Amino acid sequence: MADGAWRRFALRRTGRLLVSLWVLVTASFLMIHLVPGDPVRAALGMTASADLVAARRQSLGLNDPLWLQYWHYLRDLFTGNLGDSMVSGLPVADVIGDRLPATASLAGLAFLAAVALAVPTGVGMAILTRGGRRRWAETTYVSGSVVLATVPDFLLGVGLVAVFGVQLAWAPVAGRGGTATYVLPVLSLALGLAAVLGRIVRVEMVSVLDADYIRTARAKRLKARTIYLRHALPNALTATITVAGLMLGALVAGTVLVENVFAWPGLGYAIVQSILSKDYPVVQGIVLVYGIGVLLINLVVDVALALLDPRSTIRES
Amino acid sequence: MPRRWLNPTAIAAGVLLLAVLVMAVVAPIVWSEKADAVDTDQILQGSSAEHWAGTDSLGRDIFARVLVATGLSVSLALAATAIGISVGIVLGTAPMLFGTSPAGVRAGRLVTAFVNILVAFPGLLLALFFAVVFGVGATGALLAIGFASAPSFARLVHTLVAGIAERDYIAAARIAGVGRVRLLVRHVLPNIAEPLVVNATMAAGGALLSFAGLSFLGLGVQIPSYDWGRMLGEGLGGIYVHPSAALAPGIAVIVAGLAFNLFGEALARAVGLRNPSARPHRTPVAPAVSTSDGAAVLAVEGLRVSYGAVTPVRGISFAVGRGESVGVVGESGSGKSLTALAVARLIEEPGHVSADRLEFQGEDLRQPKRAHRKLLGTSLAMVFQDPMTSLNPTQRIGRQLAEVAEQHQGLNRRSAWARAVDRLRAVRVPDPARRAKQLPHEFSGGMRQRAMIGMGLMGTPALVIADEPTTALDVTTQKSVLELLRELREREAVALLLISHDVTVVRQVCDRVLVMYAGRIVEELPAASLTTAARHPYTRALVAAVPDMDTPRDRPLATIAGRPADPAALPEGCAFAPRCPLADERCAREDPPMVAGVACWKAGAVIAPDLQKRSEAAS
Repeated sequence: MADGAWRRFALRRTGRLLVSLWVLVTASFLMIHLVPGDPVRAALGMTASADLVAARRQSLGLNDPLWLQYWHYLRDLFTGNLGDSMVSGLPVADVIGDRLPATASLAGLAFLAAVALAVPTGVGMAILTRGGRRRWAETTYVSGSVVLATVPDFLLGVGLVAVFGVQLAWAPVAGRGGTATYVLPVLSLALGLAAVLGRIVRVEMVSVLDADYIRTARAKRLKARTIYLRHALPNALTATITVAGLMLGALVAGTVLVENVFAWPGLGYAIVQSILSKDYPVVQGIVLVYGIGVLLINLVVDVALALLDPRSTIRES
Repeated sequence: MPRRWLNPTAIAAGVLLLAVLVMAVVAPIVWSEKADAVDTDQILQGSSAEHWAGTDSLGRDIFARVLVATGLSVSLALAATAIGISVGIVLGTAPMLFGTSPAGVRAGRLVTAFVNILVAFPGLLLALFFAVVFGVGATGALLAIGFASAPSFARLVHTLVAGIAERDYIAAARIAGVGRVRLLVRHVLPNIAEPLVVNATMAAGGALLSFAGLSFLGLGVQIPSYDWGRMLGEGLGGIYVHPSAALAPGIAVIVAGLAFNLFGEALARAVGLRNPSARPHRTPVAPAVSTSDGAAVLAVEGLRVSYGAVTPVRGISFAVGRGESVGVVGESGSGKSLTALAVARLIEEPGHVSADRLEFQGEDLRQPKRAHRKLLGTSLAMVFQDPMTSLNPTQRIGRQLAEVAEQHQGLNRRSAWARAVDRLRAVRVPDPARRAKQLPHEFSGGMRQRAMIGMGLMGTPALVIADEPTTALDVTTQKSVLELLRELREREAVALLLISHDVTVVRQVCDRVLVMYAGRIVEELPAASLTTAARHPYTRALVAAVPDMDTPRDRPLATIAGRPADPAALPEGCAFAPRCPLADERCAREDPPMVAGVACWKAGAVIAPDLQKRSEAAS
């Protein structure tokens, strides 16, 4: 690929990232101002004295003009200062630092599990059902994965808890500890994603296996493994990665619900508690972390696409 | 349109969705009393005949509560979808409403860019953000989910509007001075309603699930109201003692969500569906007889290729001698390419190949053997028609050549690459060391075809099968690729089987020509005598269809009357009879066998000028 095209791609992509970041940071800043009523009064409750509310407003800088608050907010962000929790008084950065590993490991493992399930089943089903062979297998697979994909991850979690936690008592259902505690939360996040991805892998593989260049590969009498894995799979992955990337963002959001099903001590559990207790600085901080996570994932997906299929960057420009 | 709806999935989904909607209206009226009846003697009971799904912490019947909750759950989901669509339409059509003034265009772009940024964030994340802004509770959650779904609707509307904005009727309305809002409401929206409704149906399912999520988290519906999500959240705490309290609302959410999603998908399919047509049947006739050469590279007898009841190649026999160049000509659909693929053992299911004899280099290819892989991989080279699609777009050219040597000749990566570069040089790819590192899209069509040929030269081919190798190329490139093929034949003593619809190409490159029609070889003759000694009327017609220097300019070019035979519906006798100016009753009744290189009852008969004229007029 020509250097010029890469440079244009990098510039365009970085530009989009920066604008998105700015929108995200601004939205997070405005959140506390968009809340109906006085956020401090809401957080401290009706019983708090007017003096206390006024003092807290002063310390949060809420009495400053909006543009000054915005400036302070941006300045503090650059120094890693996300403010303090209105409930516990702890720095928000510490709360996030505490919780982030639990959420990141959950989302990461779920994604890996989904890919590990989806690619082999999708490729296998494509080889079995291409060219209209074994209609029954195709129908079973497709309808099964449609149902699995429609069940939202947190409901799947409830079902898994009921079956494997309560009925069979095979796996722990709450909290984060050893490997066993990961099993059910990871599965509830991964199964639906795996169903969707597996279906895409199959469809893409089936159409790629029909391509002229696969006929060429067969004419070269390459090993079946080489044809499927080296010639077909990379070409089938472009669409898969696009969807996987979009779904990875949704997976990050999905952790919020699943964490609450499994009392998982991550960001999702924290943000819901903070919303309920109106601890706005914590909510702002966690929203920022989720948003940045999603933007970074999108960036990685775009770069991966550009590497896998260099034509995509040209096409876009 | 209504007829296309009649498939089982669509009906099942429709019935399910109808049931959910009816339940949403009826259940709150019928079962509210039962659902709210507190019974302190029946607290947290398991399922029983009286309480199917048990009772909750106040002894209320969970099954009745799940049914009643349908009303709130479904109406909130529909309301949120309505909000999402309305906001989405406003945002999505903003670029159009702002008009074409410079300021308007800039404002429109700004809205679109903003929507594009929002779409990148997952809906649930947006919903959480808006839930904070609008406050905890049913109203807040409703607005949150509505606004969260707006960006994707906006993107959809924007795409759809852009798709029809250039249509004639929009342009006509614009020229007629119709105002922008009126244009939108009267002309644009009705034309994008179909995909919008389909997406809205599926989005309603999504909204239902989102609402269940927010209520489950305690951010949605608040006590004393209850929807499925709220019940789920309350039930989860006691799942060890009383799983049905969590499972019953969970199942309700899934069923309702599925109803919306499946119905939406059925709608989508009904909107853009095509029916595959059925194939007529045909019993094949006996194979033609042909000669074969003892010292042949390739010897084929009675080769047939069938797809189900259709047999596009109907028992053909031929041989290619060592270093010989054989052309196969015929119109598209005559079975030329299938013959090439069948000989190379590249026909895949559901295609079926059978032959009385199929020998390559003296090896019987009819029974697949492990050893055939190496033999065919090194001694048989294939060149396909479209060099644009025949190379793997994601692999470097050099790699695609090198892997042949790695798998069949046991070369390591480095020496295989060196050989690939050498072979690219052999097919006259300039600067092969640099070119080998490039991807196919960086090659021109002619260069790709050279690379394809070079790929075949990685081994030591005894036969090159080239299927329309120059058809996709422009004329000058065609010439140089043919030149290359001819040169290779002389240098490496390779036999060539050249498939082409182009009589001129075959005449230039080949020693001998096989003429195919409707899955049979109808004539076999030296290429040199193609113009002078052809005896089959079809061969003559093919030759006559090629203009040369003597062709009168003032007369229309000769064509072959009628359509090429349909392999699924061949006539009784000679397949060419319906188009043949010489055909008589016998031709229509009996299929002519191959005798002395031609399969025709009228072989060599003179075509009277008036008959010729009639056939031209018929075209």
